[in-house]
Amino acid sequence: MSTPSLETVSRPERLRRVVIEPLSRVEGHGKVTLLLDEQGHVAQARLHIVEFRAFEKFIQGRPYWEVPVMVQRLCGICPVSHHLAACKALDQVVGATLTPTAEKIRRLMHYGQILQSHALHFFHLSSPDLLFGFDSDVARRNIVGVAAEYPDIARQGVLLRRYGQEVIRHTAGKRIHGTGSVPGGVNKSLTREERDELLVDAYQMIAWSRDAVRLARRLFEQNLELYRGFATFRANTLSLVRADGALDLYHGGLRARDATGRVLFDHAPYDRYWERIAEDVKAWSYMKFPYFKALGGDDGWYRVGPLTRVTQCDFIPTPLADRERREFLAFDEGRAAAATLGFHWARMIEMLHAAEAIKDLLHDDDLLGSDLMAGGRREARGVGVLEAPRGTLIHHYRVDEDDQVVRANLIVSTTHNNQAMNVAIREVARRYLDGRQLTEGLLNHIEVAVRAFDPCLSCATHAVGKMPLSVQLIDADGAVASEIQRG
Amino acid sequence: MLVFAIGNPSRGDDAVGPQLAERLAEAALPGVEVLIEFQLQVEHALDLEDRERVVFVDACVDAESAAVVRPVLPDARFAHTSHALAPSQVLETYVRITGREPPPAWLLGIQAERFELGEGLSLAATHGRDAAWPRLLELCRL
Repeated sequence: MSTPSLETVSRPERLRRVVIEPLSRVEGHGKVTLLLDEQGHVAQARLHIVEFRAFEKFIQGRPYWEVPVMVQRLCGICPVSHHLAACKALDQVVGATLTPTAEKIRRLMHYGQILQSHALHFFHLSSPDLLFGFDSDVARRNIVGVAAEYPDIARQGVLLRRYGQEVIRHTAGKRIHGTGSVPGGVNKSLTREERDELLVDAYQMIAWSRDAVRLARRLFEQNLELYRGFATFRANTLSLVRADGALDLYHGGLRARDATGRVLFDHAPYDRYWERIAEDVKAWSYMKFPYFKALGGDDGWYRVGPLTRVTQCDFIPTPLADRERREFLAFDEGRAAAATLGFHWARMIEMLHAAEAIKDLLHDDDLLGSDLMAGGRREARGVGVLEAPRGTLIHHYRVDEDDQVVRANLIVSTTHNNQAMNVAIREVARRYLDGRQLTEGLLNHIEVAVRAFDPCLSCATHAVGKMPLSVQLIDADGAVASEIQRG
Repeated sequence: MLVFAIGNPSRGDDAVGPQLAERLAEAALPGVEVLIEFQLQVEHALDLEDRERVVFVDACVDAESAAVVRPVLPDARFAHTSHALAPSQVLETYVRITGREPPPAWLLGIQAERFELGEGLSLAATHGRDAAWPRLLELCRL
């Protein structure tokens, strides 16, 4: 792959600038800038997300056992992923190999998070675009519009969310700030009553998740030409896979392919991820750009997340999700699996897998066990990697002999996808915006491409009065030519 | 009734709602349940079931005084949001998924300025928190 065009224009001074800030329905501080020439042709397109780096300072100097609780405060959307990734890293520090009960409780918590996160994204954030159209009436293109026209879908989305949250509450101990997972294990298992309570609705969640996969497929079928070509590009890919090649969202080795599908490395131990992955910086972005060392900074960028995981594993170890995976891969001669909008379909396949995995775990009496903790030889370094809802999540800590964290490094899913999202918006800019009068609907195409990745950045703040969306068109002299406010 | 506090305890002034809620939980007023969340999301509409009334407590960057009380009504005009919802949007979601009117609701907004990770409350938010406490007790005793 060569460096994608539209990243940097040589003479930006006299170009018209369009700013979309912040991206609606994207957590964190996202901004897209487009530079247009006098004929309205797109000369440059960039996605800027303000990466949050203060976490190192936040964590350094703290005793390691506080970290799994503290890191939940990095992100109000997927705190469980940080909680578990930190614990996996610190398991290495305390030298623990988890007991069966501890590992299964953690897995249950993780699948609960996957279920609720994927439900939120599909039903709340993306279904308005997908059900009504990217440039449909903006007043209708939201969850309320979905609830009005598709009440069952909206209700199922809410109840799937709630069920996932209940799984988290029972395994983590609380709705938020859970303490269930600790370095070396867990501090509680399930009671029989908790297990039975979750089992009551487990089969309904599977049925609704299956319906959601079918809905995602139907949307793809009904808009085949659009979905095939929208923001489609080839990318290198990275995900965890189990030792037998199965999809495993909690644990495994690293598998990477290049853009042609050739395996670059497989079952690579994640505790030496830095031997495979490096991070680049660009002057125009606060967020780093990770890449495979073997391919170099220009060509080594890659994509993570549901679309990568579902296409990259050899099989899914639950039957309904695996059947859907095979149909997904075969659909339209494999084009859905290569399309950016295939993310939504793949995400729903993963939601179905999570629902099946929760049901299977709830039938496993190890969840009720009392052997919760393990230990071993103390180490100074720990790396924890799991597949969070949005993609691969890396936590890396160094702990001194006084048990204080002296170094922390986190690479979150959205950072892994930084360049892939930039490529996606450039494809959209080139195909849909170039030379045209910009409207809200057209600009929403950019957001649709970004939202497919479900980026989310450490935005655990939500104060009243924040988070408006403003789109400004600024002319070559720097004056605001027009402005759209929404939010 | 339900008191629903929103905010991240580790993000500067965002902690002001949870701090107030913890104080209220310690007071253990009869008939008052306290919930704390990082952000409001769609499933929180289900927490409104069978409530006589609801008070949302949140940091507020456009508060006209240290602590403000505003009625909250369902609002269908949320064309674009982040992963999180505003209180009015949670009420609207409740209406849409249950078909019923939501309980009467108020927002107790506390002035806030800074939201950096690891920071404590600003002076403004500290003042707001103290000013909000008697207002919260009033709302609980309506």
